[in-house]
Amino acid sequence: MKQVFKRPAVLRDEEFAYCPGCGHSLVHRLLAEVIDELGIAGRSIAVPATGCARLLPQYLDLDLGEAPRGLGLSVASGLKRLLGDHVVFAYQGEGDLAALGAGQALHAANQGEPITVIYVNNGLLAQSGGQMAPTTPPGTVTATTPRGREGATHGAPLDLSAALAQTAGSAYVARVALASPELIAQAKAALAKAFAVQIQGQGFSLVEVLAPCPEHLHLEPLEALAWSAGELAQRFPLGVLKDIPGNGEES
Amino acid sequence: MSKQLLSGAQALAEGALAAGCRHYFGCPLSPQSQVGDYLAQRLPQVGGSFVQVPSEPAALGMLLGAAMAGARVLTSSSSPGLSLIQEGISHLAALELPVVIADFARSGPGLGNDHPAQSDYFQATRGGGHGDYRSLVLAPDSVQELCDLTIRAFDLADTYRNPVLLLADGLLAGLKEPVELPRPIDPAALPAKDWALGNRGERPGRTLTSYYPEPKFLENHNYKLVRKYDAVTRDQVDWQSHEAGDARLVVVAYGSAARIARGAIARLRERGLKVGLFRPITLWPFPAKPLKELCRVVRHLLVVELNAGQMVEDVRLAVAGRAQVNLYARPGGVLPSPDQVAHRISHYYHQARLHEQDQGPGRGGGR
Repeated sequence: MKQVFKRPAVLRDEEFAYCPGCGHSLVHRLLAEVIDELGIAGRSIAVPATGCARLLPQYLDLDLGEAPRGLGLSVASGLKRLLGDHVVFAYQGEGDLAALGAGQALHAANQGEPITVIYVNNGLLAQSGGQMAPTTPPGTVTATTPRGREGATHGAPLDLSAALAQTAGSAYVARVALASPELIAQAKAALAKAFAVQIQGQGFSLVEVLAPCPEHLHLEPLEALAWSAGELAQRFPLGVLKDIPGNGEES
Repeated sequence: MSKQLLSGAQALAEGALAAGCRHYFGCPLSPQSQVGDYLAQRLPQVGGSFVQVPSEPAALGMLLGAAMAGARVLTSSSSPGLSLIQEGISHLAALELPVVIADFARSGPGLGNDHPAQSDYFQATRGGGHGDYRSLVLAPDSVQELCDLTIRAFDLADTYRNPVLLLADGLLAGLKEPVELPRPIDPAALPAKDWALGNRGERPGRTLTSYYPEPKFLENHNYKLVRKYDAVTRDQVDWQSHEAGDARLVVVAYGSAARIARGAIARLRERGLKVGLFRPITLWPFPAKPLKELCRVVRHLLVVELNAGQMVEDVRLAVAGRAQVNLYARPGGVLPSPDQVAHRISHYYHQARLHEQDQGPGRGGGR
């Protein structure tokens, strides 16, 4: 009988501790599948950061080096400078990358650091308990915006990926979501492409994943999934934001 | 090997290269920008990498990553830059990553100025970051010693898997002195680090983390760090004494303050005053035991610091009342002259009637 489905080798046989309906477990699985398919488990290094993403080492059988809040891309760059033949990727949420880490992100992208960023944007700070994030859409009720996010106080959501796409050193920037099998397949393809861009040495690559956080949106899992690809995606349109010539071609 | 005339900034760089360091990440900040200027030329000559980064935290992040990969890595900055990376130093200590950080301190608080000062003694020795951790702190007082201690710093960092700080100031960064360069180490000959990331092959994945969700596990990790710090305190204390053998008053000073104190002591010795110097070379671990030992015979100490009085607290803790501890403190980047320091020493010397001990038995209140 032909095997059509199995646990990826780098995905540890552990039950996810994430909340029901959380997007992280799905992103972890897609990452594991891509790493398996590219055959890069032996030379991949992940840089997990703070927030819910700090749990990554429990689930991926890879070399992992934790970064302080905001410093994921610098840590990844330092690793990559020393281990140029490795695939180095940072895994950060919006409360990390788009807040304290935004300055680092701009410079890392602009310098064309040949690293990959998995940027999980669920529109609020999850691990600290559902507060406003830099990417929270206007009007959204969170623990710290009880009347909804108001532009006069907190400004508009920050589209960090769009800013990074404008820098000279970014090679591939894409935004994906997880709300349907088609979107999940696109998300996986974007992850594979981002790694391929790094392996090719084309420059900085980033995949922003619009992910659901039902726990802190106070929604049912399916409603949260729809919100991430609906209300959140209205602010952060899905698609390829940057793809320089030569990406994905045989080198 | 013949001597070369080098500035402190160059001696740090050459010491790092001799120690097998091939990677420097940092950004310019007075009064130590020459370190980067020099390494930007030197590192490519030896197949290394110099990266100017936009901020000190970015440098610290790259240092973290490069150290995780097992390399000997260096950054340097000055006081405000060190303030910016205190969180990162806490992470380095928690992750047990060996790196060397040179701090050519300037005067604070705030922007202050870039004149030499020792007002970051607390920041360096107490650790400005969060959590129970320690950084080893080495305090050179000459360009040669800066070079030599840089090599020792890399060895200590690797031995104990801990960040090591070199604490100097702007005086030493710019000062030029003849330096005998040590024999360079081939980085490829350094022992492999069996905890480093990368080149995994078939072994299981390895995680470097400071996240311990279980309190008991975190406590065990902290106890492990404490045992390491105890071993460092037991084995790595270093100091130098000068003219202390027959001294009745001993000056306690490190770095630039010790240089000035030596000039003062030479002047006073010519006048027959029995004064000496105790110079901590490791600020953490502080040489508490040898200083306490010295106070079996010396009852009067004068701490000379280029700050408002910081190391004096460690001195008082060390001697625990065995000696009278006085302080001559100059904050703000003003370097006192050897004559000014001599005047202070002389003042305390005569106030304590130490000169009367020369008069023989039956005088000076003896019974």
